[in-house]
Amino acid sequence: MAKIVIDGVTYEVNPSNNLLQESLSQGLDLPYFCWHPCMGSVGACRQCAVKQYRDENDENGMIVMACMTPATDGAIISIEDVQAKKMREQVIESLMISHPHDCPVCEEGGECHLQDMTQMSGHNYRRYDKKKVTHRNQYLGPFINHEMNRCITCYRCVRYYDDYAGGTDLSAQASHHHVYFGRQDDGVLENEFSGNLIEVCPTGVFTDKAFSKRYSRKWDLQVAPSVCTGCAAGCNTSPGERYGELRRIVNRYNSEVNGYFLCDRGRFGFDFVNSENRITAAFRRNRNGSEWIEEVDTGDARAAVANLKKTSVLGIGSPRASNESNFALRSLVGQENFFAGYSDLEHESMQLINNLMTNDTFHNPSIREIEQADAILILGEDVTNVAPRIALALRQSVRGRARELAAANQIPQWQDAAVRELAQRELSPMTVMTPYATRLEDVTTHSIVDSISGLIAMAQSIANEISNEAPSSSEANSDSNKEARDLISQIANELSEAKRPLIIAGSTAGDPKTLKVAANIARALSANRSKPTDLCLLSPEVNSVGLSLMVNSENSLGKALALLSSGEVKNVVVLENDLYRRASTASVDAALQTAESVVVAGHLPTPTTARATLVLPSTAFSEHEATYVNFEGRAQLSYQVHRCHSDVLPSWRWFMGPDIAHVDDLISLCASEITELRVLSELISGADIIPGIKVPRQSHRYSGRTAMKANINVHEPKQPVDEESKMSFSMEGVPSTKDSNILASSWAPSWNSNQSISKFQEEVNGELKQGHVGSQVFEKLSAQQSYFEITNSPQGSPCDLTISFAQQIFGSDELSAKTATIVERMTPSYIGLSLEDADSRGLKQGNTVRLGESSAIAIVTIRSKQKTGTAALYCAPGEINPFDVAEIKTICKSDTKQAVGDLDCLQLSDHWEDD
Amino acid sequence: MLKLIQDTLTSQVHTLWLVFKHAFVKADTVQYPEEAPYMSPRWRGRIILSRDPDGEERCVACNLCACACPVDCIALQKAEDEDGRWYPEFFRINFSRCIMCGFCEEACPTNAIQLTPDFEMAEYVRQDMVWEKEDLLINGTGKYHDYNFYRVAGKSIKGKDKGEALNEAEPVNVRSLLP
Amino acid sequence: MNWEVGSGLNIGVILLTVIIVAAMLIWVERRLLSLWQERLGPNRVGPFGLLQVVADMIKIFTKEDWVPPFADKFSFVLAPAIIMVAILLSFAVVPFAPGVGVIDSNIGVLFVLAMASIGAYSVMLAGLSSDNKYALLGSLRAAAQMISYEVFMGVSLLGVVALSGSFNLREIVLAQADGWYVIPQFIGFVIFLIAGIAESHRLPFDIPEAEQEICAGYHTEYSGMKFGMFFVGEYLGLVLISSLITVLFFGGWMGPEFLPPIIWFVIKSFIFIAFFILLRAAIPRPRYDQLMSYGWLFLLPLSLLNLLVTGAIILST
Repeated sequence: MAKIVIDGVTYEVNPSNNLLQESLSQGLDLPYFCWHPCMGSVGACRQCAVKQYRDENDENGMIVMACMTPATDGAIISIEDVQAKKMREQVIESLMISHPHDCPVCEEGGECHLQDMTQMSGHNYRRYDKKKVTHRNQYLGPFINHEMNRCITCYRCVRYYDDYAGGTDLSAQASHHHVYFGRQDDGVLENEFSGNLIEVCPTGVFTDKAFSKRYSRKWDLQVAPSVCTGCAAGCNTSPGERYGELRRIVNRYNSEVNGYFLCDRGRFGFDFVNSENRITAAFRRNRNGSEWIEEVDTGDARAAVANLKKTSVLGIGSPRASNESNFALRSLVGQENFFAGYSDLEHESMQLINNLMTNDTFHNPSIREIEQADAILILGEDVTNVAPRIALALRQSVRGRARELAAANQIPQWQDAAVRELAQRELSPMTVMTPYATRLEDVTTHSIVDSISGLIAMAQSIANEISNEAPSSSEANSDSNKEARDLISQIANELSEAKRPLIIAGSTAGDPKTLKVAANIARALSANRSKPTDLCLLSPEVNSVGLSLMVNSENSLGKALALLSSGEVKNVVVLENDLYRRASTASVDAALQTAESVVVAGHLPTPTTARATLVLPSTAFSEHEATYVNFEGRAQLSYQVHRCHSDVLPSWRWFMGPDIAHVDDLISLCASEITELRVLSELISGADIIPGIKVPRQSHRYSGRTAMKANINVHEPKQPVDEESKMSFSMEGVPSTKDSNILASSWAPSWNSNQSISKFQEEVNGELKQGHVGSQVFEKLSAQQSYFEITNSPQGSPCDLTISFAQQIFGSDELSAKTATIVERMTPSYIGLSLEDADSRGLKQGNTVRLGESSAIAIVTIRSKQKTGTAALYCAPGEINPFDVAEIKTICKSDTKQAVGDLDCLQLSDHWEDD
Repeated sequence: MLKLIQDTLTSQVHTLWLVFKHAFVKADTVQYPEEAPYMSPRWRGRIILSRDPDGEERCVACNLCACACPVDCIALQKAEDEDGRWYPEFFRINFSRCIMCGFCEEACPTNAIQLTPDFEMAEYVRQDMVWEKEDLLINGTGKYHDYNFYRVAGKSIKGKDKGEALNEAEPVNVRSLLP
Repeated sequence: MNWEVGSGLNIGVILLTVIIVAAMLIWVERRLLSLWQERLGPNRVGPFGLLQVVADMIKIFTKEDWVPPFADKFSFVLAPAIIMVAILLSFAVVPFAPGVGVIDSNIGVLFVLAMASIGAYSVMLAGLSSDNKYALLGSLRAAAQMISYEVFMGVSLLGVVALSGSFNLREIVLAQADGWYVIPQFIGFVIFLIAGIAESHRLPFDIPEAEQEICAGYHTEYSGMKFGMFFVGEYLGLVLISSLITVLFFGGWMGPEFLPPIIWFVIKSFIFIAFFILLRAAIPRPRYDQLMSYGWLFLLPLSLLNLLVTGAIILST
């Protein structure tokens, strides 16, 4: 701790940080642009000028940039000094010379860091009477609008996009006052994290295009703290609603999970909530003879569900539904009749993951901890497309080498430009072993593309190399390729030497053996280091982990389908799930046709609801309060943001009797009945800040309350009362700023933009004051487990190609794929082949192939890194059911003329260019 | 005590006398509606939405009026036409709530929303006090005759490209090497 | 049916007239206030706005007659009735003209003072039963004010009683045949005037119901006709005080022969009513402590002095 004096007041600060960061940590107002809490300082904008004095006797002092000056012990500075203030005012005056006077038609207006800083610095009149520099805008894809005139050249965008997120297609161009931030040519911004530019840009150069179409000012949105349901990362979000529509999602800071950034799937993939196709009333379908549909009123539908209890019934849960809904279904049908809502392979993987997560040999790292890893091994997972936010964290962890070098050379870590200059391309070792090349290729030290069985064999050898006790691969010895052995020992070395190695595996690789071998490697490392090693086990969906904790290990989906098709059980209740994504079409068809009654709760029509006898409308993620458990076992509470159609109920309400009135009661019940989920009660236990007074979802500037519904009736209805949560659907109450637990949207006096978050952090980048980062459901047990014995025999694949299933950030998630903006970025099904395999079959880039006997069509994309004999097949939603094509024998060229779309949106690191 | 008596006589009795003298002064009351009162152009009465000198809607749906409104009686939704102009998809004022404070006019960056010297807005049915954009929009510039927001603002719209707004230079050619 | 003091007809006519006059004062006050404030006042309902009173009455009768759930219902309802009854009873001893009056009581002056004291109960009950902090504060103020000013109201009258040698108001009037008591008892008149305003808590002494400080004071919770009774009660008090001043200091109905005695009485009383309204138009409300110290430290010694001097003069002559 160092002591510094700011304007005569002594503060205790962290000497390893700069003055700007520490001033903000102390809650002082100091304007800045180019500095970002996550990206350090470059001293580009000159906005954070302060005066520093040599000692108490120094009366003149000198102007320094706070962001470029370390907070050394004994430093005396003044923010309020007249000269410093004058300088800041003049700097912003010059930054604003060409600003285009278009705040009223700017989507950033009202949450604009530039507006805030201009106000704070005191500039108000453009004295410069020469002409303004103007620029032409670019088309940047369906997510982001470009309005280059508003730029103040702080360089944050390229620093974020290129340096932080690893993008390649956004750059600073031209020089002096012509500097331009954009792409080489018009086109879609390729990076999966491009949406963060909206929040990183201090002004309105990059704005949310989808939001602009249904625009509202920040203060007019009704927001509540929510959790993204796009993947298992569990990023914290603030969805905003206006006029009954969900309008946008922005990042919500959580120091342990997503920090300041979201992925594009999470940010833009929410519009399905507003879909016209939403199921808004319960309806019954007669499947015999002519199909007819009949609406059922809510009471009858609930009675019908309650009656099922008396019959033989089984329930199928859902990894994308909340703990509450799954628990309610489990309570309805009984634990022994509650079946997993994911595929059998995934069920096996999830059981294994649960087992490993409670093992004290391993540590379940949070995303924040993943960023600190200094040697990484990824086994089988396409992280960018499965849990995108983790891929962004991995891009930070490989910079560990740069951090080490900086420390060795006594360069402060916040000196961003200097650290990057010093490190050049030096990265911490990261080994990616996947069946097809991933988007992390550019930061990967060793990229190994092979069939899953090949990867498992190699990983076994690595484990064995690290510790002799780990079982080795049976074929490792036979494979006496020296090059391969060198690589294996190098990887093993890197992992062994690391201070904080990280092993990543998961269930989407489609083979539970990958998890076992990953665990073996981690166990070997733990044994050597005699402390737990970070083992990150990914699951694909928001509540895969939560569901897995509720399902008996023998209750797989396959068993459920078999019981139904054999007629042993006549009735089935399906929770927010499309079974055609979980098992082969034939098996699901057989089960659903045989069943007498099929009750499906869901919010959008799916092939499963099309076969239901009773469909129950259920709320989407922003319409109910719920808890989810993310990949690392972190349980988080997501509040209801807005109300929906009155006949639409949270799924659990359809299943629970009337004795459970509030979701909090259900959460408590769930916590008490399921030992693993007992921490859920922590999430709701926070007492009211002022008893009886709720926290408003609407900002204190929320407008139009007496006019928004006046066209329907001039007599304003009473604000709806939220019986369930600590929040209210109004402006009145304790401001959420008083309790960061429920800080949906950060705002502080004179800080209207998202930069105001520093006012709510313990220190910059620290935990939120009073904030809840979620509760870990897994308690570590000292289980004496030994290494997994793995019998890895390359399966006698029926096909001459070993097919693995590829994932896509835009498309692999069921719900976000129903959002118009996401659809624009989705690709049709494709099959990635090596050049040799393509040539031998006479296939060219862009040809279409038929998969086996099925009618499934995929587009050929030749991938330069694809191993010969393997293929990566991406099954687009609604086109191919992956379980139908798992057993295909051949692929053959198809001369189908039907429009299958093109692969323009496909982002591959190893796209083979045909010249 | 004498001082108190003196004060009572000089101050209180004098006051009574002064007030009493007002009985012989003509009343200021204007007998509305028989007599029409003079309304200053700056009177804060019925709210209108004006058009710019080119006859286009001035309102750009920036929401500042709604934000400034202390009784929250303005609701609108932004939309964008094919020319790139922002405009309100709907613009509703609930005059049964309006207090004619004029904050909306103060807040308006485009001089679109203006208060007029018309105050005769009473209705027998309160629902009739809810005015939509069609009721509010007039075919004129109102009090401010010359202002056209898009001529000043840097956003390009159809008929006014980048660099053609007030005080703007030609768009930069990023690929040029010239200084 | 004969027309003499105490006859049924006499009582009926007096009761009716007094109440109608009090109601009409609503209109009179508003017109007079606007006259002095360069306005027109109510002039739309009926000729010169005269029917404004009717409109107000209709309004006040049709308003919701609401008793707050937290109030003490019995005393809450009783309070406004007390003030009406107390003041109306006071009119019984007022000699309006020869042969016009309800009763010629030998203790007329004492009766008036007694009724005024009962009025204080009304205000206190209203404030207490309302269970409202403003009402309570108002009634506290009212009680203190009324008790204080009652003291020298009585003392100021004693000069008149001493001069006339009677408590009978009719005899006091008759005793003024040689000259109005306002001349020998000028100080007594001034003190009675001030104390009278304070007793009826009219402006500027409306401290118990000072809107700016304590909403409406003791009648904050009242609405409808119960409020109306307080409202009319205040005007009745105004009429009563004016009548008493006329009777005690200005020779009652006596005046030159060209007008009948009752008209003289009405004219004299109306002048004082108008004067009270002028006070309301002109003088701001004093602070509560000022009111109390003014009463106890200034008016009380003055009235005692007045009595002393009067007594001395009577003894010496």
